Amino acid sequence: MAELVRERGRLRHGVAAYRLIAGAWVRSTMAYRASFALTLCANFAVTAFDFVAILLMFSHVDALGGFTLGEIAFLYGTSGTAFGLAELLLGPVQRLGSRVRDGTLDTLLVRPAPVLAQVAADRFALRRLGRVTQGLLVLGYGLAVMDVDWDPVKLLMVPMMLVCGAAIFGAVLVAGGAFQFLAQDASEVSNSFTYGGNTLLQYPPTVFAKELVRGVTFVLPLAFVNWLPALYILDRENPIGLPSWLAFLPPFVAAACCALAGLAWRAGLRSYRSTGS
Amino acid sequence: MRLYVAVAAGGFRRYATYRTATAAGVFTNTVFGLIVAYTYVALWDERPGLGGYDQAEAVTYVWLGQAMLAACSLLGGGFEDELVERIRSGDIAVDLYRPADLQLWWLAGDLGRAAFQLLGRGVVPMAVGALVFELALPAAPGTWLAFVCSVLLALVVSFALRYLVALSAFWLLDGAGVTQIAALAGMFFSGMLLPLNVFPGALGELARALPWSALLQVPADVLLGKHTGFGLLGAYAFQAAWAVVLLGAGRLLQYVATRRVVVQGG
Repeated sequence: MAELVRERGRLRHGVAAYRLIAGAWVRSTMAYRASFALTLCANFAVTAFDFVAILLMFSHVDALGGFTLGEIAFLYGTSGTAFGLAELLLGPVQRLGSRVRDGTLDTLLVRPAPVLAQVAADRFALRRLGRVTQGLLVLGYGLAVMDVDWDPVKLLMVPMMLVCGAAIFGAVLVAGGAFQFLAQDASEVSNSFTYGGNTLLQYPPTVFAKELVRGVTFVLPLAFVNWLPALYILDRENPIGLPSWLAFLPPFVAAACCALAGLAWRAGLRSYRSTGS
Repeated sequence: MRLYVAVAAGGFRRYATYRTATAAGVFTNTVFGLIVAYTYVALWDERPGLGGYDQAEAVTYVWLGQAMLAACSLLGGGFEDELVERIRSGDIAVDLYRPADLQLWWLAGDLGRAAFQLLGRGVVPMAVGALVFELALPAAPGTWLAFVCSVLLALVVSFALRYLVALSAFWLLDGAGVTQIAALAGMFFSGMLLPLNVFPGALGELARALPWSALLQVPADVLLGKHTGFGLLGAYAFQAAWAVVLLGAGRLLQYVATRRVVVQGG
């Protein structure tokens, strides 16, 4: 019991530190409003081009892997928003390798706040709202044009996808950061699971090889971000023959991912040896 | 000439030093290649022969794109950040003192970097692609030779574009905005997202005439044997014309900018 109370106290302390640091970065960004507006637009445009490519594809076809444009927009929107939220809150963790290399991580170790909170809030970039906004717009479009028999369960499933998806992607980001304690130059490897995973989930699972779908269901459970709930909402068969009740598991999968990522982070931090210079 | 060869060799060695980063890049290129290749397979299943490609050619295009991505710095990451930083900090004055031409110096260094990234980051993903998918790689050595020439021209056009972007820092001091917009344009108009011959109507016409199409679309079409005989010469002429125009513009901008540096330095 005492252990649990202490854990909770540390969590609250971490969140408070995160808010303090992130707030400082937001204020510093807002000192240059025009520059902020430009980078926000650029962030929006970068992600929007992905969807333009999908629109261009659909100027030639009516369906891709048996999914219509509206259904793919739904997949794109849920994955993009979930990943956007994770990136907004935890994105700077991806730069851990450069902090290890240039030794600035040592500064964070002596400050009286959890290292993860400091790394995650470092250079907190509000411009990343561009990706979230773009994801939400595409999601709105998908929801509007898609043909679905909505019931309360399916309706509740949409916000669940966004929250749990953000948690799963967040866990992948933190685990990728932890990996950089070992291999500082390998930050690109985590890109292939974060940005690559986001790209993967924007297309229907029927497009990909069954081995790949199995891999992102059982090994790296990205399928729980949007594929499995979306298959339930759209009343589709699972391409690898899994039951539809898996659509209700994302909260548990997200919790397990976060716990594992936390352990990985601790192991990474414990193995860190400063250069001493 | 020997100086520039030495600079190019230095650029090659400099990037070859970071082996973990290269391995990580190979891994990422392979994963993205797999994802995009499957979506293209689905697209070409629906519409065989789209854009004049069959399915194997479309998939080859994907893996070629992954191989060229780092070499052409389509998403940034070449010399331009470094040059912008030197302009901003004033270190560029040292570069101008050197008994070497500024543009050729950076071109040589960038070609060395590109050569390493083409070999180091391009070959392995392409091999993985060939294992998983049926690719339409040419058998004739002549086609490969023609492809290598086209890639060389593509690298020069890529350099010339980014040199212009970097020189804008003489006026703006902060290159972040321009670099970002240039990367955006490069990603979309190079055909990295979707081959340019699949772009519909006037957008397609425009995209195929812009310099970015010389970076990926033209070399890909040369490799896939879409340009032969006089068509091949036409493709080279298109790339070379953009290379000359853009290098010339870079030279002009450099002339104007360096006069400005003298004024600033007092």
